[in-house]
Amino acid sequence: MVASRAIGSLGRSHAFRIFRCRGCICRNFTASSALLTRTHINYGVKGDVAVVRFNSPNSKVNTLNKEVQSEFLDVMNEIWANDQIRSAVLISSKPGCFVAGADINMLASCTTPQEATRLSQNGQRMFEKLEKSTKPVVAAISGSCLGGGLELAISCQYRIAIKDRKTVLGVPEVLLGLLPGAGGTQRLPKMVGVPAAFDMMLTGRNIRADRAKKMGLIDQLVDPLGPGIKPPEERTIEYLEEVAITFAKGLADKKISLKRNKGLMEKLTSYAMTIPFVRQQIYKTVEEKVRKQTKGLYPAPLKIIDVVKTGLEQGDDSGYLAESQKFGELAMTRESKALMGLYHGQVLCKKNNFGVPQKNVKHLAVLGAGLMGAGIAQVSVDKGLTTLLKDTTVAGLSRGQQQVFKGLNDKVKKKALTSFERDSIFSNLIGQLDYQGFEKADMVIEAVFEDLSIKHKVLKEVEAVIPEHCIFASNTSALPINQIAAVSKRPEKVIGMHYFSPVDKMQLLEIITTEKTSKDTTASAVAVGLKQGKVIIVVKDGPGFYTTRCLAPMMSEVMRILQEGVNPKKLDTLTTGFGFPVGAATLADEVGVDVAQHVSEDLGKAFGDRFGGGTVELLKQMVSKGFLGRKSGKGFYIYQEGSKNKSLNSDMDSILASLKLPAKPEVSSDEDIQYRVVTRFVNEAVLCLQEGILATPAEGDIGAVFGLGFPPCLGGPFRFVDLFGAQKVVDRLRKYEAVYGKQFTPCQLLLDHANNSSKKFYQ
Amino acid sequence: MTSILTYTFKNLSATSKWALRSSVRHLSCSSQLQAAPAAQTKSKKTLAKPNLRNIVVVDGVRIPFLLSGTSYKDLMPHDLARAALSGLLHRTNVPKDVVDYIIFGTVIQEVKTSNVAREAALGAGFSDKTPAHTVTMACISSNQAMTTAVGLIASGQCDVVVAGGVELMSDVPIRHSRQMRKMMLDLNKAKTLGQRLSLLSKFRLNFLSPELPAVAEFSTSETMGHSADRLAAAFAVSRLEQDEYALRSHNLAKKAQEEGLLSDVVPFKVPGKDTVSKDNGIRPSSLEQMAKLKPAFIKPHGTVTAANSSFLTDGASAMLIMAEDKALAMGYKPKAYLRDFIYVSQDPKDQLLLGPTYATPKVLEKAGLTMSDIDAFEFHEAFSGQILANFKAMDSDWFAQNYMGRKTKVGSPPLEKFNMWGGSLSLGHPFGATGCRLVMAAANRLRKDGGQYALVAACAAGGGHAFNLSTHEAKGGGSP
Repeated sequence: MVASRAIGSLGRSHAFRIFRCRGCICRNFTASSALLTRTHINYGVKGDVAVVRFNSPNSKVNTLNKEVQSEFLDVMNEIWANDQIRSAVLISSKPGCFVAGADINMLASCTTPQEATRLSQNGQRMFEKLEKSTKPVVAAISGSCLGGGLELAISCQYRIAIKDRKTVLGVPEVLLGLLPGAGGTQRLPKMVGVPAAFDMMLTGRNIRADRAKKMGLIDQLVDPLGPGIKPPEERTIEYLEEVAITFAKGLADKKISLKRNKGLMEKLTSYAMTIPFVRQQIYKTVEEKVRKQTKGLYPAPLKIIDVVKTGLEQGDDSGYLAESQKFGELAMTRESKALMGLYHGQVLCKKNNFGVPQKNVKHLAVLGAGLMGAGIAQVSVDKGLTTLLKDTTVAGLSRGQQQVFKGLNDKVKKKALTSFERDSIFSNLIGQLDYQGFEKADMVIEAVFEDLSIKHKVLKEVEAVIPEHCIFASNTSALPINQIAAVSKRPEKVIGMHYFSPVDKMQLLEIITTEKTSKDTTASAVAVGLKQGKVIIVVKDGPGFYTTRCLAPMMSEVMRILQEGVNPKKLDTLTTGFGFPVGAATLADEVGVDVAQHVSEDLGKAFGDRFGGGTVELLKQMVSKGFLGRKSGKGFYIYQEGSKNKSLNSDMDSILASLKLPAKPEVSSDEDIQYRVVTRFVNEAVLCLQEGILATPAEGDIGAVFGLGFPPCLGGPFRFVDLFGAQKVVDRLRKYEAVYGKQFTPCQLLLDHANNSSKKFYQ
Repeated sequence: MTSILTYTFKNLSATSKWALRSSVRHLSCSSQLQAAPAAQTKSKKTLAKPNLRNIVVVDGVRIPFLLSGTSYKDLMPHDLARAALSGLLHRTNVPKDVVDYIIFGTVIQEVKTSNVAREAALGAGFSDKTPAHTVTMACISSNQAMTTAVGLIASGQCDVVVAGGVELMSDVPIRHSRQMRKMMLDLNKAKTLGQRLSLLSKFRLNFLSPELPAVAEFSTSETMGHSADRLAAAFAVSRLEQDEYALRSHNLAKKAQEEGLLSDVVPFKVPGKDTVSKDNGIRPSSLEQMAKLKPAFIKPHGTVTAANSSFLTDGASAMLIMAEDKALAMGYKPKAYLRDFIYVSQDPKDQLLLGPTYATPKVLEKAGLTMSDIDAFEFHEAFSGQILANFKAMDSDWFAQNYMGRKTKVGSPPLEKFNMWGGSLSLGHPFGATGCRLVMAAANRLRKDGGQYALVAACAAGGGHAFNLSTHEAKGGGSP
């Protein structure tokens, strides 16, 4: 309080203010108030309410970088110093974004924990002043209010948010391996209660405005407006400002109480939280849960719990201190760097680098209403694409239609859609058994059975009915696109679009271009993928492209390990313990044993020894016994409808026994097993970059993490090599090469990196 | 509708017996028009279409519109409709057997009388040989009844049609829950005691929680008042403007009532109660009083309140629509011609109540008229905010260009010609019955003031309707 007053009085000197302000050249005097034009923040006075507007130039979002912070402090100091002003409103001039968070680059440039701690402390100090403001400050939120943006909002005295889908609140720092470092860990528990605060901080989830209102995170909702005297977004922001001003006035006049009516449950919870024993129990349960889920691979969640605990048990000062220190420590961790790398990669893979396609795809056709086909249809119709879904049988088609409906209906159950929206989206889907309407299609995506002759057959059939400009995309996981395109009359229009199952959940789309694929075709495919909400990597054609090719040697090693007598459950524990979200044996079941067999046979032929290791015989025998994985109810595990627990398939014992190989004790420790799996993956990924299948390491990392579940805490195979050290990876490979042979031979690019420690995939 | 009309139009060229007859009549009619001296000073032109029959409203009545829960509360919808029909019979003395068809509009249906038009007609003593049907289209249900009548007459299928509307909001169908209904239906089918018992064993107490009729739009789950508040905000209509407009409506209605201008009202002897002869929702207040009210939908910062919204109303209306030749032959002096009309619809979320904005320019263009040609505007007032938002939308080039695909705005109606005898805000708004009230008010105002053209418009849950009326081309129409 004292501090803020002091600074406030300094700000009163006009000349002083001008000297301090950087980048402020012109002053803008208007009738209502004297405005100082700043780069990111402006304010005007309406009556006795100051309206502070965030609007970073040349950017879609507002972030809290150093400039913004200093401008904000300047502005607030002026407001606090001005006797004419009794309250303030903070608002963004950008319709889709309040403040999206702190500037990641600001953090990335820190080289020591102390630097990062200082960043956190600066934020803490700024928000403390705001929290202790004698003049009520209202945050008027429209669009994303995340991370530092939410910490800013919860330091204000009152929060008003637009009730629309764009307005989300959250503290996603944990997803970057960090913690909310500007007071968030201390204020959130007091505001929404400890359990809800933990949930927000540990999952990093986005919370919609109406939910936030119920939680007590915001005080008032404002409905978005439709078209009126101005475009809807513009007028909605204006309206939000008008409403916020009336609330700011009401708060200054003490007509509006800051006390929130708590429900009975809330009162009970907050009472329970006053009992130390209950608090200890909560910390314990949450910590156990976190340890179980993260396997100790992610330091941020545990530190968050720790910091919250410190604040609640030892008081605010210790809490804030712990917050800033732990923030500094986390910012320097490998995990945080890996996760931030993924964040940047994801941003890159959400762009279309191939230009604007000549023709916008409006009519899509999907061949095959199986799991993949229906999944592709689902993510297309809900973005407003008219989609023809063609199958050969009524039974197959209706199964696919039901899958799409169920996918949409599940969203209704989660209140992400209304039943009316579901119906109207579902009307974009046209199921059929013939090629009617294909003459209007702009793109056909085939998801028929993985068999070259069938793919050839449908390609010819489709080319007979589609218009000249229509693109033919093949959803295949391993068949080379140039082989599929071989029978095409216009190979420049043929491209691969490799979706991952389940399509509506998996974010990745791998687009495969052949030598002949035209740039416009690629641009079109990327545009469709982006519309479907996918993260996209574009790779060159070749057996297994990128993702399948990396997975295959890894799976081959997995088979080998199983043959050497490691129990599938043990193997799953080892791989998830390394950070894979799904265990290796379970992954085989999920992908489908028959698919795995197909792929490993095909790629085995193409790559020979390097894909050696386990024998395909294992998969073949499983297929012959009908152990196809989850889809057939049996694989390495037995699956039962409705039950999440799975038990080992005891019938596998005899198959594994018949193919048993002696384990090599020198490379069979738990750690060795983990590294055998991972280094083969990494080696193959680097080889893909070396051979030009991949264009950039970033795409390789995104593909591996989002498509194959490569441990996110390692940031992807390339980031892993950078952070772990190429030499260490090569050492491991050499060790296993000595025992097993060629399949572990490190590729040249990896050797180059090992020989020259200054060589990094990410500079 | 238009397709029916064009179809008729084409048919007319054929020398079918009635077409010949009709065109002969038409000739006679227009000759009368020519022969008539220009009694009215500002008679401009005829809106008649070549080879289409002229259609007139002979007269129309309504029972007093009452606040829900007052004198009509123990009645059923068909009782109100019957009273309106009886009133019409009494007012026009039309022989019952001349009526070819009866159409009523209603919104919230009483399930016992789902074809309320037929039940009311039988009860009112119309011939049981006269067919009747019921239409529904939100707040323009009786507009739909009237235009259906116009279509039937224009196509030569009928000569005399009664159109009306009814709404009883004192009572609404509250149902058992779906689970309870399902159990009851299954019980009907259960054959053995065992089956019945096993069904009954599935009963849970929450089955008894009733299902209320939805106040919200089905498609958006938003109530109309909520949407009106957002609409008012989108057009930056202030609370004060809304209150002022509502006050105007009540004051004008009061004046009209006192001066006896609301001549379409017929008294209704309510069984077991006193005769009702006046609308009871007209309550001129003061701006200070109105300013005290809290917002009714968007709390606490909204602007739509109980005082600047139309209230829940019970009421019924009916009108006699005829082919002009028939009316003249029967010696009637029709009140007005029913001319061009249009239905529109738009986004049910953000433009739920903007129907008049979209419909007005279209119907004017159809008739070749401009805003300045219109002598009387009768717009349905769902909410003050809705009327004022429509004014602003009609007066905005930006809105016309970006949302209506028009080059320029149509302009907002001049207030001195607008709803001069009150509107739905003050007189009340029984959903299904409002359309006929609007048309009769417009026709009566033209007669009273010697105007020639009237424009009726209404919003209707994402839809809208506009109707042109005209008077003194109506030859044989007597003095008002």
